[in-house]
Amino acid sequence: MKTMLIAFLAMAVIAIGADILLDFIGFSTEAMTSGPAVRSG
Amino acid sequence: MIRTFRRLLILALAMAPLAAVPATAQEGAGANKEMPRASTGGAQTLEDILARQRGQQIDDDFRREAVGDPARAAAIAAQLGTLGGASDSEVFRALRYGSADVTVSAKGAAAGIVIQDSGMWWLELREGPLLEWGGWLLVAMIAVVAVYLVVRGPIRIEGEKTGRMILRFTAIERFSHWLLAGSFILLGLTGLIVLFGRVALIPVFGKDFFSDIALASKWIHNNVAWAFIVALVMVFVCWVVHNVPNRADLVWLAKGGGLFSKHVHPPARKFNAGQKIIFWIVIILGISISASGLSLLFPFEMPMFAKTFEVLNALGLPQLVGMGELQTTMTPHEEMQYAQLWHTVVAFVFMAIIIAHIYLGSVGMEGAFESMESGEVDMQWAKEHHSLWYEEVVAEEQAAASRESPATPAE
Repeated sequence: MKTMLIAFLAMAVIAIGADILLDFIGFSTEAMTSGPAVRSG
Repeated sequence: MIRTFRRLLILALAMAPLAAVPATAQEGAGANKEMPRASTGGAQTLEDILARQRGQQIDDDFRREAVGDPARAAAIAAQLGTLGGASDSEVFRALRYGSADVTVSAKGAAAGIVIQDSGMWWLELREGPLLEWGGWLLVAMIAVVAVYLVVRGPIRIEGEKTGRMILRFTAIERFSHWLLAGSFILLGLTGLIVLFGRVALIPVFGKDFFSDIALASKWIHNNVAWAFIVALVMVFVCWVVHNVPNRADLVWLAKGGGLFSKHVHPPARKFNAGQKIIFWIVIILGISISASGLSLLFPFEMPMFAKTFEVLNALGLPQLVGMGELQTTMTPHEEMQYAQLWHTVVAFVFMAIIIAHIYLGSVGMEGAFESMESGEVDMQWAKEHHSLWYEEVVAEEQAAASRESPATPAE
C-alpha cells in the first residue's frame, strides 16, 4: 500500500513539475501564441 | 400558290438556324469540355454543388484559382484607390484555399490560416460515431466482465493456503505499475469528461460548472500525461525480459489459461500468456497514445499523420484494403484532427482492455491485488497460477540457503 501511495504522490509531483517546467521554458499557450501585437493565454 | 410556296421556303430557310440549335447545343456541350462552366461564366454550377453534396470529389481548381489578379486592377484614380484587382469573393476564396498573402500578429503555424473548411467531417465523426461506438465499447466490456463474474465467479485459491509468502514484485516494479495505473485512470476519466462533456455533463451540471470541471480535467490530462510516459518506460524496462513469449505460453493459451474452467492451472513463468498479451498491448498502445498525445499537447509543433500516411501509401496498405491513397498534404488543423481521432480511438480500445485487467487484478482473482499491493503472494497461489516461476523461486531460495549454510563435511 505504501508503494502505491508513493507512486500516486510521485504522479502529482511529476504533473505539477511538468506544468511549471513547461511554463518556465516557454511552452505555455501564452508564450506560444502571443505576438508583439497580440496577447493571449 | 407559287408565291405561297416561295414564302414557305423563305420561312423554312429562315428557321434553319433555329432547327440547327440542338446540334449547336451539342457542339456547345462539346465545347464545354474545353471551357467548362461557360454557362456560369466560370463559377460553380448546380451540378458542382450537387456533386459536393453527394460527397464526390470535384476538381475545384476553377474556384481555387479564381482569386483575382492585382496586375489587372484599375489604376488608382481617386484617393481611395481600387479593390486591387480582387473582389471580396476572390479575397475570401484566396483565404479559404490558403493562397492569400496573410500576415498575422499571433504566433503559431495555424494562426495564418484564417479559413479552413476541412473540419466538418472530423466534427461530425467526433460528436457522432466516435462517442457512440466508443461509449458502447466500454459498456460492452463492463457487461462482459459482469457476465464473466456471474458465470465463472472469482478465481479462488483452490488448495490450502500455506501462510508462507514469497516476493513476486519488488518495490520498483510496484511503483512503476501504480504510477502507470494511477495516471492511466486519471487520464481515462479526464479524457472521457472532455469528450462526453457537451452531450453528457452540460445537460446535468450546466455550462458554468462544467467549465470548471473541463478546465481541471484539461490541466490534469495535459500534465499527468508525463507521469504516464515515465511509468510506461519504467514498466517496459522492469518487465520486458519476463514477457518474451515461450513454449509454455502456447499450452497456457490452448487451455484458455484456466479462466473458463475450474481446477485447470496451466503452467506459467512469472507472467502467463494472458499477462504477456496485456503487457505488449500496454506498451504498443501506450507508445501510440503518447505520440498522438504529444502531438496534441504541442499543437502544430509535432505533426505526424501526413508523414505516416506517406509511409502507409508507400507500403500499399490502404490500397490493400480497397482504399485510395491517403491524404499526404494537410493543413495544421487537419493534423490535429487526425491526432485527436487516433488518440481517442486508441484510448477507447486501451480502456476496454484495461477494464478486464482491473477486474482480474482485483475482485476477479483471489490474491492478485495483494501481489501488487504488498508485493508478496502465498506459495499456494504461486504454485497454482505460476508454477514454473514458483519452481524457479524455490530453487533459488534453496540454492541461496545452501550457500549460506554449506553442509558440514563429515569428519
